Amino acid sequence: MAELQGPNLTDKVVIVTGGARGLGAAAAKQIVDAGGRVVVTDLLDEGAETAAALGAHARFHRHDVTSEEQWKAVVDFTVAEFGRVDGLVNNAGVSTGTMFDTETLEHFEFVIKVNLTGVWLGMQAVIPHLKANGGGSIVNVSSAAGLMGLAMTGSYGASKWAVRGMSKVAAVELGPARIRVNSVHPGMIYTPMTSSVGIREGEGNYPNTPMGRVGEPSEIGAAVAFLLSDAASYVTGAELAVDGGWTTGPTVRYVMGQ
Amino acid sequence: MSDSIDLTGKVAIVTGAARGQGEAEARLFARRGARVVLTDLLEDEGARVAGEIGPRARFVRHDVSNAADWAAVVELAVREFGPVDVLVNNAGVMWTKPILEETPEGLDRILKVNLFGAFHGIQAVAPLMRANGGGSIVNISSLAGLQGIPGHAAYGSSKWAVRGLTKTAALELGEYGIRVNSVHPGAVDTPMIGDRFTRGPGNFPTVPLRRVGEPEDIGELVAFLASDASSWITGTEFVIDGGSTAGIVPPVRG
Repeated sequence: MAELQGPNLTDKVVIVTGGARGLGAAAAKQIVDAGGRVVVTDLLDEGAETAAALGAHARFHRHDVTSEEQWKAVVDFTVAEFGRVDGLVNNAGVSTGTMFDTETLEHFEFVIKVNLTGVWLGMQAVIPHLKANGGGSIVNVSSAAGLMGLAMTGSYGASKWAVRGMSKVAAVELGPARIRVNSVHPGMIYTPMTSSVGIREGEGNYPNTPMGRVGEPSEIGAAVAFLLSDAASYVTGAELAVDGGWTTGPTVRYVMGQ
Repeated sequence: MSDSIDLTGKVAIVTGAARGQGEAEARLFARRGARVVLTDLLEDEGARVAGEIGPRARFVRHDVSNAADWAAVVELAVREFGPVDVLVNNAGVMWTKPILEETPEGLDRILKVNLFGAFHGIQAVAPLMRANGGGSIVNISSLAGLQGIPGHAAYGSSKWAVRGLTKTAALELGEYGIRVNSVHPGAVDTPMIGDRFTRGPGNFPTVPLRRVGEPEDIGELVAFLASDASSWITGTEFVIDGGSTAGIVPPVRG
């Protein structure tokens, strides 16, 4: 049997924020595997190793997504290295893990700045380039916490709902320019950001979701790669849950009172 | 380097595959390495499409509202190609009629095909998929299953019901590795809709992408949901409509 194949991204140039590890690194790998070129950005310098491991079609640029100047630098770098920009994956994010009544204003504002303002700045930075190319694809990584009210996600949930809404506004405004904008809503995925909550990988180890397991970063990467590709050429303004059924409803076990 | 979503080794059943979206899905699946059983009430067209696809395809006449027909379809799929990995509940009927003019018989007819068809299909393949360690079921709903659309009292009811059926099935079948998702196409130029649309850029200004959907657009999404690339996606409703449900569409600029 042939190796599992994802969508075709031949010669597409994509910026992936938060690409040093976790979902972003998995998405970057799938983009390169599908024939694309990727600029991995992150605050973490280990992004340089992530990019180096992906070979000649990947670069790293250090990047604080809350800085408008740094966004300009990242886009300029991308054009200088690969000649163009076709796609953006707004993946960089920080999580919460605090109860509503104990979260500080400073933390709330920090989370909103990274998860929401960062996405907004990113879209603004790439849109002129995508327009000049006759179109493009923007994938904003929201969360299951942007589809439902998830406990202990005050600022995080607010930011992810906002990203979901902003994606739709951008989709209707940018459709005529053939720029597609979609949101992806990962459920509980095993990444460095989430491993601290004590989840475990493997079948049966996450029984409160219908598929009974947490997701792997590559499973989100595949959805991102699909949305970046021309295979999704009529998909815009969509929200795609990739969560093993978590936000679909309560599990059989829950309904049966177990 | 990979060039497409891979369906190598998969055995799929696609209903309503004689033309339109089902035909596009069947052709795409075969190109991506799957073996496909095409089913439809339209025998001549279905057999012709399967013949054009070649040895990777079979056609069987199939009334999706008939549970006995379903047993025969699954039996044929297993006999010809082996255990079924993918089911696309695509077959459907549509007409528009004001609610005050719709009849109980009309509602019953649409539900029998669009809703009972999907229900029978899930019941027919899920035990096999369970025994086989998993599978993917894609139910074709509609924009009319996400919002109210005038003239779609019967059709809309059936498509909202398919959306709900999908979620229940996803919750109950998840533990067997069976994924169930719904796809919600907007306006797509197919024979079901009739000769209403002109394809191509700029010809459909009421959606943000300014063009009508084509069967191949939907086929690509269904292929993704059928493939292992979507291995953690279940219970999801996936809109594919050129952006029309994202919100208020901006006017065409001078």
